Amino acid sequence: MTHDLAIIGAGPAGMAAAVEARAHGLSVLVVDENAAPGGQVFRAAEAAAGDPAVAPELAPGLQLIAAFRASGADHRAATTLWHLDPDDGLLSLSDANGVAEARARRILLATGALERPVPIPGWTLPGVMTAGAAQILLKSAGAVPAGATVLAGQGPLVWLLAVQLARAGAPPLVLETRSTAISVALPRGGLWAGRRLLAKGLALMAEARRRGVRVVRGVRGLRAEGGSRVERIVWYGGSAPCDTLLLHEGVIPQTHVSRAIGLDHAWDAAQACWRPVLDGFGASSHDRIAIAGDGAGIGGWEAAVASGRLAGLDAARRLDALDRAGFAARAAAPLAARHAALALRPFLDALYAPPASVLAPPDDVIACRCEEVTAGAIRAAARLGATGPNQMKAYLRCGMGPCQGRMCAPTVAALIAEARGVPPEAVAPLRPRAPYKPLTVGLLAGSAESGQQPAQ
Amino acid sequence: MFRARPDARPATVEVLVEGVPVMVPQGASAAAAVLLAGLPAIRETPVTGSPRLPLCMMGVCFDCLAEIDGVPNRQACMVPVAPGMRIARQHGARVARP
Amino acid sequence: MTAHDAIVVGGGLVGAAIAHGLRGQGLDTVLLDEGDIAHRASRGNFGLVWVQSKGLGAPWYQRWTRGSAGEWPGLAADLATRTGIDTALHQPGGVHLCLGEAEFDDRAARMARMQAEAGNHGYDYRMIRAPELRDMLPGLGPSVVGASWTPYDGHASPLALLQALHRAFTEAGGAYIPNAKVAAATAAPNDFRVETAAGTFAAPRIVLAAGLGNADLAPLFGLNTPVRPQRGQILVTERAQSILPMPTTTIRQTGEGTIMLGDSMEEVGFDTRQSPPVMAQIAQRAALCFPWVAALNIIRAWSALRVMAPDGLPIYDQSERFPGAFTANCHSGVTLAGAHARLLAPMIAAGALDPVLAPFSARRFDVPRAA
Repeated sequence: MTHDLAIIGAGPAGMAAAVEARAHGLSVLVVDENAAPGGQVFRAAEAAAGDPAVAPELAPGLQLIAAFRASGADHRAATTLWHLDPDDGLLSLSDANGVAEARARRILLATGALERPVPIPGWTLPGVMTAGAAQILLKSAGAVPAGATVLAGQGPLVWLLAVQLARAGAPPLVLETRSTAISVALPRGGLWAGRRLLAKGLALMAEARRRGVRVVRGVRGLRAEGGSRVERIVWYGGSAPCDTLLLHEGVIPQTHVSRAIGLDHAWDAAQACWRPVLDGFGASSHDRIAIAGDGAGIGGWEAAVASGRLAGLDAARRLDALDRAGFAARAAAPLAARHAALALRPFLDALYAPPASVLAPPDDVIACRCEEVTAGAIRAAARLGATGPNQMKAYLRCGMGPCQGRMCAPTVAALIAEARGVPPEAVAPLRPRAPYKPLTVGLLAGSAESGQQPAQ
Repeated sequence: MFRARPDARPATVEVLVEGVPVMVPQGASAAAAVLLAGLPAIRETPVTGSPRLPLCMMGVCFDCLAEIDGVPNRQACMVPVAPGMRIARQHGARVARP
Repeated sequence: MTAHDAIVVGGGLVGAAIAHGLRGQGLDTVLLDEGDIAHRASRGNFGLVWVQSKGLGAPWYQRWTRGSAGEWPGLAADLATRTGIDTALHQPGGVHLCLGEAEFDDRAARMARMQAEAGNHGYDYRMIRAPELRDMLPGLGPSVVGASWTPYDGHASPLALLQALHRAFTEAGGAYIPNAKVAAATAAPNDFRVETAAGTFAAPRIVLAAGLGNADLAPLFGLNTPVRPQRGQILVTERAQSILPMPTTTIRQTGEGTIMLGDSMEEVGFDTRQSPPVMAQIAQRAALCFPWVAALNIIRAWSALRVMAPDGLPIYDQSERFPGAFTANCHSGVTLAGAHARLLAPMIAAGALDPVLAPFSARRFDVPRAA
């Protein structure tokens, strides 16, 4: 059968879009890699609702997850999209049992964000992980780091995680890398319109202090040191013992699929990342494809819910399930909600701008973790004549490993821009190809023990 | 190394990490089980043999590749634990078995 | 404007091999390339240094290919010395696996004809039946009934080759200029000028090695290169410990350990999208050849465009109207790299193609076909 709307990702945007589209009678397919809906922000929200360390922040997600589960959307959990043909509306899917195809008249990518890679010296040592990873362990397993824990970086998640770890009895040492003065970010405005989110952030910082989280501010020159695992964290003017190092320099849109299918993207200087070019309701440069949530540019979960609802409404309008007047009436609330949710964003983007050394690390740092390619090798190849990440991949294999450039592409592009003396937007992003996630030859062949003749 | 908080999330699923029984909460991933078990590495890279533990835990980085129930190079952070699951370190490039 | 001894248009495997060869002949050479986003058949190459399938009905092509395979060890050693880059050349011979008796019989007939056409040059091959083949290759599937084998075949890393050629060329003083797509050109005998976004370049010799771009460039220089795109798709698995001792026509294990599965031949114009049904066919054939491949993860895959002449053979030509202008076109940039760097480049440096290349002239397409 052909679904009216296929949604990739069951996070806030995908769930909200599904609920909205179902409310207008659309048949909706939701494909999600995880076992339970919620995305990253509401990961394991149902299972972790009783854990006081994370319950306050998960609570808003429970209602949305319940609405999603009741919506009648066809939810395919633990399922991966490995190819998308936008022209034919054809999705190639895989799960533990095999491959399958699905068709949809309209497709919404709600693939969310990933944490910006933080390539500091020593970041490949065991014991170094992202802040988001520690939060996932807390939400999905109730687990916290044992021993000396250092949380290094900047951004709202640093404060949230510091508080959650403290509530769970494992307060980290926070090394804040913020280098932008508040006075520099203030002119971006939005503090009044965004006062509710600002108050939440300030409350988190106050809770961190109250719970005894130690904070070192203005940290520069981070370096993880150790033999077979991280043992110390060193910075200009200080060091500390460290069993677990959690890094965070903000999040960037997950654009693997949107780039693979060739949608138009534009460089977002404020967030130092590529984002798809969209209209106000999420419609992309391809007339079948829309994008909502952080995959369209970082806005946080409230903006994601609003943009998901708008994309769901837009799908209903385009498929004649909603007339113009009905659309306008129903879009007003999510438009206002999104506006409010994004009000503080320019201030946050400016305040937590990543340092240049994170975007383009020193020569001895590994940029591509899969193929173990250093920043120095990338700079040298850029000087030889690799003008972009696609040629760089051919030269050095960076982006050719299992992660397919998800971790290294931003770094590789920034290194090329630096080495060639061009602005970041002059280096086009890596073009991903299918399969977007690995699948076995046997699954693709249709059967692991095929005895048939190949199709002629 | 991570520790569980049984008061908040009871550990109810027994898995074998490098042959050693470990109790983990329902819904945790195989990668979480490795961290709770305190393994020094979940894999050694096929390029230089350097040890790695999970980095992102959300399916992006592929640093958590492990052998799960005899299948090499599985993304352990994307595989929920099941009773009796066998999780073992991935040593470099996998072996292809004719 | 900068003046040089030679301009090579196209920084892929063909252009880079020729430029490297011209630099080796002492010519001040500039290599003009496009940017990061280009058709770049070189980035899609499967990586075979392959002889046994080349040149049925065209023995000159068979000889040229054999010659190139013979030049490869020298090229690989030269590049390793100059750049430290290992092109992972391995020439243990290779097989073409046959699934079913019909494929085997067809292959045997082709190989017999190839040998007959080779005449005095000789052409060693064997048709090998499954029992013997099972001792040569691990875990063959039951549908493999046999294979053709020649000692000439091998493989190399196309990407290492590309980087090594660029590096050797620049380190020897060649000028590699990216983002230099030809925007305009003027031609006179032994006097050529091309304009690009990266500057204007002049030289008494020019070599068009721009792949599919040659179709539009050639007429500016009194040449004709009627090449068209043919799409090929390839799958690549995760790294595995060394298991395949020799390459087959469509399956090979790289130096890194990944196993490459090819390929397809699709007439779809300039469409570089991937197609799951074709990917599935490639996977299915690979699993029939080696059932153990089915357990491996496909980490990446791609589609790319071959540079095809109407008869599938290379085109090498020199301009009669504008002496000093040459063109080189093929879909075997790895196999023929040895010949391009070490045989073709010296001819171009000397000013004229050797008569052995006369059958590769595009003039062969001028003859109207009988109805």
